[in-house]
Amino acid sequence: MPHIEIGAIDYTIMAIYVVFVLGIGFVLRRYMKTSSDFLTSGKSIPAWITGLAFISTNLGALEVIGMGASGAKYGIATCHFYWIGAIPAMVFLGVFMMPFYYGSKARSVPEYLKLRFDEKTRGFNAISFAVMTIFASGISMFAMAKLMQILLGWDFTMSIFISAVIVLVYTFLGGLTSAIYNEVLQFFLIVAGFIPVVFLGLKDAGGWSGVQQRLQEVAINAPAITGAAQSYAPDAWTKSWSYMGSPSSNPMGVEWFGLVMGLGFVLSFGYWCTNFLVVQRAMAANSMSAARRTPLIGAFPKMFIPFLVILPGMIAIALTAHSGTSGFSIPKLADGTLDYNNTIPMMLGHYLPSGALGLGLTALMASFMSGMAGNVTAFNTVWTYDIYQTYIKPGQSDKHYLRMGHIATVFGTIVSMGAAYMAAGFNNIMDFLQLIFAFVNAPLFATFLLGMFWKRATGHGAFIGLLSGTLTAAIHHGLTIPAGAQSLIKGGWLGSVVHTYPSEMAQNFWTATFAWTVCFVITILVSLATHRTKTDDDLKGLVYSLTPRIKETGVAWYASPAALGVIVLAAALVLNIIFW
Amino acid sequence: MHADIRFPIGLLFSIIGIILTVYGFVTSGAEMYSHSLNININLYSGICLLIFGGVMLCMAIVAQKKQKAEDSKK
Repeated sequence: MPHIEIGAIDYTIMAIYVVFVLGIGFVLRRYMKTSSDFLTSGKSIPAWITGLAFISTNLGALEVIGMGASGAKYGIATCHFYWIGAIPAMVFLGVFMMPFYYGSKARSVPEYLKLRFDEKTRGFNAISFAVMTIFASGISMFAMAKLMQILLGWDFTMSIFISAVIVLVYTFLGGLTSAIYNEVLQFFLIVAGFIPVVFLGLKDAGGWSGVQQRLQEVAINAPAITGAAQSYAPDAWTKSWSYMGSPSSNPMGVEWFGLVMGLGFVLSFGYWCTNFLVVQRAMAANSMSAARRTPLIGAFPKMFIPFLVILPGMIAIALTAHSGTSGFSIPKLADGTLDYNNTIPMMLGHYLPSGALGLGLTALMASFMSGMAGNVTAFNTVWTYDIYQTYIKPGQSDKHYLRMGHIATVFGTIVSMGAAYMAAGFNNIMDFLQLIFAFVNAPLFATFLLGMFWKRATGHGAFIGLLSGTLTAAIHHGLTIPAGAQSLIKGGWLGSVVHTYPSEMAQNFWTATFAWTVCFVITILVSLATHRTKTDDDLKGLVYSLTPRIKETGVAWYASPAALGVIVLAAALVLNIIFW
Repeated sequence: MHADIRFPIGLLFSIIGIILTVYGFVTSGAEMYSHSLNININLYSGICLLIFGGVMLCMAIVAQKKQKAEDSKK
């Protein structure tokens, strides 16, 4: 693939962005006086800012690259990750769970587990989370450097070094506040940078009706165009629910129950409600009401992000099937398959002239950086409070922990750079690690659900439940494979294959569903067999039935979390129906 | 809260907006717009960015004035 030519004006725009990002860090530096200012923003940020940061931190490498690719591969069904996945989970977090995170004295999600259950449950969560964030930020860095290498011909090492230094500087100076402020800035840039591409792509394909027409060709001629094993009904790429009756009738290869249960319930609630990376943004809000509104406010723009990241993928495959006036198509890899992964960046290069291209590339950079900074700030908090202060050096002065927070920021960034090189050197190691994380994460939501809504759940129950859920995920994965699997990393490594799933996605959804169910049941059984170690008084503010209801005061009725939640869900429902 | 994020956002978008608008104006009709289906995407993006940046700046300034008025009351 030829490199995209970029001019002085594009470099200027990127440079201005970098100056602002660093500038925000410098300005906020003087407010960082205590460890809580640095690591938790001193609970001082308004809801609209934390709300945008909440979704921006997730709008990183995986979202932009992965969702664009999935949009091309599976069509509009990819929107399920938003409309049935993220949105209901975000509403649940805001309306039901946030009161316990924000209302308890917990400074992090693992710390909540310590207050609610016990030390071992917290330790398990804190350590697995810390390792996970480091690798996630490493993968993000790797993806960015790789992209810059392919797209612009930049040196891999230089890209990693520059992006790491920029993120390090602004998170080191201004801590979580700086990360959050920059995420808001980055959010607007991502929107501003991608809209022109979507607009031009749509126009090239003759508007939405042109895209639909072309996608019919894609569906009918799927084997020839995408290399799929079969062809599909003409509107398979533009209907999100109509073909979910059986896995063989939609390109995703899933059926509605696996989708709703695995993705909609287990994976999405597990991610959005228990992952400290996003929950941390809400916990930085300046009041309980603002904390609860954070995911709800974030849910509004979140609903429309598919038009920025999934729609371009759909346009790209549509134009590949039947080219428009400008001749864009997704290039092929050496083995003849389509190179989906760089769909959005390639569209940036194809459609944008010098000037707007600089803005588009800045948007891309902003997206990678917000994803990385989110991981770094979540890591330094969990490391400092849940690992260092708990197991290594308890009882020190706050100054000591502030210094540790700074050190953890540097240390976390350096280790992520190492992880980025690991990703570059051994592709399989990264796949392997991501698999392990999936096993650890899958059952987590069962633990939180029982912890928050059933006061009888005990520490032993939670810990053993989590372990058996993780183990179940591993065993399930070891006994099943997706159709056409080549390597053991895809499953079946326990020797005998009990079941073959129609697609990798179906296998993932079911792995999660099994893990969640086992964790849920085992936690209940073990809890009933063990004694409670926490009294009702200990659990006040941590469990639903023992916490006084919150009365919203000073907020208009339509801005109360419950009302906002209903509005968000209704809007998501409408989107589901429009694209049914 | 100490610092208003709308200031840097407004400023950044206004600056990039001005650059793109001027650049789009100067390069109007240039060959490179064959990329973007002969649409002067720089000019249009620039104007949109400038409007958004301006609105953000106005909101920040209004909020600041309000804050000052409240502070002087106390």
